[in-house]
Amino acid sequence: MNLNSSSTQSNEESPTAKIHTRPWAATLILTGGILLLALGMALSISFGAADIQLGVVWQAVFNFNPDLTPHQIIWEIRLPRILGGAMVGACFAVAGAIMQGMTRNPLADSGLLGLNAGAGFALAICFAFFPGLPYMYIIMYSFLGAGLGVLLVYGFGAASRSGLTPLRLVLAGAAVSAMLSALSEGIALYFRIGQDLAFWTAGGVAGTKWSQLEVMFPWVLAALIVGMIISRSITLLSLGEEIAVGLGQRTGVIKLVGLIVVLILAGTAVSVVGAVGFVGLIIPHLTRKLVGVDYRWIIPCSAVMGSLLLVFSDLAARMINPPYETPIGALVALIGVPFFLYLARKERRTL
Amino acid sequence: MGSSTMVGAERKKKTKGIVVLIVLGLLIITAFIISMNTGFTKLSPLEVLRTLFGSGTPKQELILFEFRLPRIVIAVLIGAGLALSGCILQGVSRNALADPGILGINAGAGLMVMLFVSFFPTTTAAPIFLLPILALIGASFAAFLIYILSYKKGEGILPTRMLLTGIGIAAGISSAMIVLTLRLSPEKYQFVATWLAGSIWGSNWKFVWALLPFILVLVPLVLAKARVLNVLNLGDQTASGLGAPVERERMILLAAAAVLAGACVSVSGGIGFVGLIGPHLARRLVGPKHQFLLPASALVGSLLVLVADTLGRVILQPSEIPAGILVAILGAPYFLYLLSRTK
Repeated sequence: MNLNSSSTQSNEESPTAKIHTRPWAATLILTGGILLLALGMALSISFGAADIQLGVVWQAVFNFNPDLTPHQIIWEIRLPRILGGAMVGACFAVAGAIMQGMTRNPLADSGLLGLNAGAGFALAICFAFFPGLPYMYIIMYSFLGAGLGVLLVYGFGAASRSGLTPLRLVLAGAAVSAMLSALSEGIALYFRIGQDLAFWTAGGVAGTKWSQLEVMFPWVLAALIVGMIISRSITLLSLGEEIAVGLGQRTGVIKLVGLIVVLILAGTAVSVVGAVGFVGLIIPHLTRKLVGVDYRWIIPCSAVMGSLLLVFSDLAARMINPPYETPIGALVALIGVPFFLYLARKERRTL
Repeated sequence: MGSSTMVGAERKKKTKGIVVLIVLGLLIITAFIISMNTGFTKLSPLEVLRTLFGSGTPKQELILFEFRLPRIVIAVLIGAGLALSGCILQGVSRNALADPGILGINAGAGLMVMLFVSFFPTTTAAPIFLLPILALIGASFAAFLIYILSYKKGEGILPTRMLLTGIGIAAGISSAMIVLTLRLSPEKYQFVATWLAGSIWGSNWKFVWALLPFILVLVPLVLAKARVLNVLNLGDQTASGLGAPVERERMILLAAAAVLAGACVSVSGGIGFVGLIGPHLARRLVGPKHQFLLPASALVGSLLVLVADTLGRVILQPSEIPAGILVAILGAPYFLYLLSRTK
């Protein structure tokens, strides 16, 4: 079928072309990015309704004194929020990178696995039928919803005899997402909860608490490590199924592991902040442009850049119109879209 | 493996394609008739026939000619237009995920509607008629923006670049919409949300007359390009090698897709899913050749929207479910079924 050629396109070049990779650029991004991230976080902590000096930030983090109000503000409100933002950014970016590598489709991101739609569906049900549900439960249900979405996509994608081809995965993902979001749209219209949902989704990282971070962190860390372990195989997968098989990769296993990693990363992120989906789409593109096509570099660099984007977007979200917060998704798009358009303009090949 | 069996297989495919097209046509006619009978006020098939031939009561005439018929015609036109648009985009870009929504066209139209609603104090009768026009302006503006941003001298418009640009623009516009959403009053929000979900409410003959020229001009044009699309599908190099003026043809096709989608979306709101799923369903039915694929996509699209709109009127009476939602709820499972069954 001709649509397979969306993948053959890169097939035509990849066997002969050697893998472009720029380790020095990647190293630069990793070190510089982490420094910048630290700076951004410090700035972000010090900025807010109560202005706090950078020196106090330093003290509060490394020399916490519970009697001082600024220390308490930092420790209880700002720090979790900013760490949450950084974590979520890394999650979306890495999930997007893995998705694009596995499906070899530049339009793919974690939303395509039915994650966002599934979480949104669960959210709509929670808001419509169980109003006033505690925060932690809502998050738990939306993670379950995300899991349901992935399960459906994977089930339908892998159901046929020829197995889970990238094209099939992408199509199943698009169909399941469309169905789930149509259902939640219907629920939202019928129960008139659309705007509440929008508020929730646009809410961003504001309400992040330590308890959430404690739950999220081990999972996210584990998923990131597994992502790094399979990164070499993802590079091979991104060259094409046949090549990967020919080089001795067990593609089925890698895809399953990859999907689980994506589910954990993006599922956690979506259920905490809602769909700031654009991060997962642009950051991997940007990273690929900068460091080449080796996923051993793309994955860690994406994580750093994703964190950077979210931390600075969150900072901007609080600075634009204080004391009100601009939705972080809007700011991510505002910062990301020009970049993305510039990249798209230079784009000549697919992946 | 003589050439005679090849010819035989070819002919068999052709017959199958024609049969599928005829069956789809018949299904649409059936849905058409059923749709005329159903609604808030039931009309029996006999009453419908009598009214059609001019001997119904004034009330029946009003219901049929002023409410139901224009709406049905619009559903058919929109379904065909969006599915064709999607079919072209998928063919030209060789990407299975391409659809009119990805071009930012839906988002452009949606933003205009949202701006309009948030600046007008109430949704009175007169401005509502302005909506499709504004939506068309928004849609064309988004399409135009994508066009100039992805155009490069000497290379023209590469499909991948265009899709990526479209995604970028769509994301930008949607984020602007998020910001606006939070400022709307609940009633206004409900109005916009219904529009965005894609409903064919309030259609009257004026919309039909506004939409019809686009469809009448573009559909034959696109159908005539079936061979070009087949060749483009082989990849740029092969296509140039076969003597197709790749650059120019692609521009024409993309423009046609954008205008079709823009015209349809401005009347219907965001029934974007038809553009994605219609062509895929059609491909499963008649195969990849655009001579059959294009008309089959159009018919599948029409059928989907028509059935969705009819059901949307009936299921939750007296309130209506936007057709866009039902298209996805009906179309997606069938599509998934086909996806897991074939090959």
